[in-house]
Amino acid sequence: MATAEAHDHGLDPELPLLTTTVEKVVQWARRSAIWPAQFGLACCAIEMMAMAASRYDIARFGAEVFRGSPRQSDLMIVAGRLSRKMAPAMRRVYDQMPDPKWVISMGACASIGGVFDNYAIVQGVDQVVPVDVYVPGCPPRPESLIYGIVQLQNKIARSRA
Amino acid sequence: MAELRTETMTVNMGPQHPSTHGVLRLVLELDGEVIQSVMPTIGYLHTGIEKTAEQKKWQQVIPLVERMDYLGAQSNSLAYAMAVEKLLGLEMPGRVKDIRVLIAELQRIASHLIWLGTHAMEIGAVSMLFYAIRERELLLNINELIAGFRFFPSYIRIGGLREDLPRGFHESVNAFLDRFPAKIDEFEGLLTKNDIFRRRTQGVGVITQDDAMNWGLVGPILRATGSDYDVRRYFPYLGYETYTFNIPTASEGDVYARYRVRIAEMRESVKICKQAISRITPSGVWACDDPRVVPPPKDKVYSEMEALIQHFLIYSQGFTVPAGEAYVPIEGPRGEHGTYIVSDGTNRPWRVKMRAPSFMAIQSLPAVVRGGLIADVVAVIGSTDVVMGDCDR
Amino acid sequence: MTASDIINALAPLVPNASFEEASSVDFATIYVPAPRLVETCRALRDADGLRFTTIIEITAADYLPRQPRFEVVYHLLSISRRARVRLKVRVGEGDALPTVQGIWKGAGWLEREVWDMFGIVFDGHPDLRRLLMPEDWEGHPARKDYPVQIHKTAQTYEPLEVSENEFRANIERDRVKRAH
Repeated sequence: MATAEAHDHGLDPELPLLTTTVEKVVQWARRSAIWPAQFGLACCAIEMMAMAASRYDIARFGAEVFRGSPRQSDLMIVAGRLSRKMAPAMRRVYDQMPDPKWVISMGACASIGGVFDNYAIVQGVDQVVPVDVYVPGCPPRPESLIYGIVQLQNKIARSRA
Repeated sequence: MAELRTETMTVNMGPQHPSTHGVLRLVLELDGEVIQSVMPTIGYLHTGIEKTAEQKKWQQVIPLVERMDYLGAQSNSLAYAMAVEKLLGLEMPGRVKDIRVLIAELQRIASHLIWLGTHAMEIGAVSMLFYAIRERELLLNINELIAGFRFFPSYIRIGGLREDLPRGFHESVNAFLDRFPAKIDEFEGLLTKNDIFRRRTQGVGVITQDDAMNWGLVGPILRATGSDYDVRRYFPYLGYETYTFNIPTASEGDVYARYRVRIAEMRESVKICKQAISRITPSGVWACDDPRVVPPPKDKVYSEMEALIQHFLIYSQGFTVPAGEAYVPIEGPRGEHGTYIVSDGTNRPWRVKMRAPSFMAIQSLPAVVRGGLIADVVAVIGSTDVVMGDCDR
Repeated sequence: MTASDIINALAPLVPNASFEEASSVDFATIYVPAPRLVETCRALRDADGLRFTTIIEITAADYLPRQPRFEVVYHLLSISRRARVRLKVRVGEGDALPTVQGIWKGAGWLEREVWDMFGIVFDGHPDLRRLLMPEDWEGHPARKDYPVQIHKTAQTYEPLEVSENEFRANIERDRVKRAH
């Protein structure tokens, strides 16, 4: 369309058309409906539940349901301390998620081992799975975790499909 | 015609499973849908809190211990602080005891709310979770008011409390206590006479009283079998003998009985809280006056030399506790909770062992669910209110 | 109920056993000799004046430079008599204690945890294997000569599928049984 070529993206005031790239649309769809898998381990899981509840509603940001099965989800929020016995199970759950998938490491224990620097806790889940966003706190307030999810959405918007 | 094969099937449930209250792995042996045996495997949340506590000073253990049973957080620190104070031989002023009672009972309500929400959600009444968390947010607001942190306030310290109550505390607590009994009626209206809920919970997971005592289950599970054992009545602490409250019991010992006992406990907690808040003055003493253990108030630290030295000594080298051992049981939301501490006379604990009521509950699970259906396993785990952080420590 | 009351009540039921009373700040504490442990526990549970029907805790403490090295601690509760008692048994390294799982069913996992954390074997226990640590862990973490922080890469893979027979065989292999 002649008039549409004059604009890069965006609304043409005369024609009712919006032009964009396939990549942008795909990334918009992926980040606006990001469904977490249930992977609450410890105390951070309770804050994650509070985030999903009515006061800090996460459904506003697209995470409508927490899927029970990892095969139907695209985000894994590792909420809580990862013990050495649990690490293989967590890796298995991560492997079962289909691409594209992202991981948020929620809390101090998941990010770096937290207050528990000892034989039983893996010092950071990035030894087991690749992490996209780290959210600090012990436990992080639900608002912090929502901020982490928004940052993840921005990261998805910036990245290639 | 080929013969029918009637072997049992072994199915793995967990450790990541939406209905197991955390990371618990169950290996079920099934004959069709009927359970022949269950083998629980725990340890997926083992944190080594007890070993880490041996490296910290006495007052540094409180945040570690709080993260053990993360739903009843302040009951953990209360049990630990009371055990250390027993060894030190400290006696708390009356106001401190009343505030601790109030905090313990509010914590019991908060823990029972999450129990109710998740238990009902797993049985199928998903909206209960949202109602329960909505009420719990008000309690977390109160936590935030006293110590700035929703979950693990570390407000209960050895020697008393961290600091005095803030302005607005009485108003918030009274507002919550005025609103809450109507909410319990609302929750009961949803579940107690609900036919589906009753059919899923009555007659399921029955434990007899002798069995419960033999398995070491004390708390709401034992009270649902007819015994009235409650640490607050039998071995009173913090002045509980001066409060008026009932101990709710039931006699069937099934999941429905445990549900009724905990709902009634929430009402009794509201009663105790109302009595406690009427005794607490808005400002006053918040710790015992032992200068070795209790740091001075911050404004004195900035202006007086002795207060500065005392503050520095407590926070840098800690205080020593006389050699010996102590175990002070309290009635936590899950049952009897206590911390067994051994001291060798230095400023670090020699051994800290926390008694975990959820540990005993999962141990009894195979005996309770045998002969039931898979759906009953979910109901029974919810009714015994296990928290894996408590179980695995 | 003080410790001397309990010792006096136990004397006719467990004859010729040398119980020592220990000083304590909270409730009655008694040192029990290891060979008489099971009889003492059975008497405590069944005797009319005692009725300690509830097992609260079994744990251990490691007093490393001192010999014998460990002390295993039992906390018992009597609801009908409103009493608590703490039994302590001195155990050296490599020694074993008889199991009390036949007396209180709740003692099964508590003793498993003591084995897992301290390495104290309980003779006669039907299922003595790791509880809190992974099945192939080496060492007993709560001992005083075990380090708090270790450098170990996280194990990320386990066998994808284990057949039922292999699963049961693994359990049987992990169980600790001592031949007398």
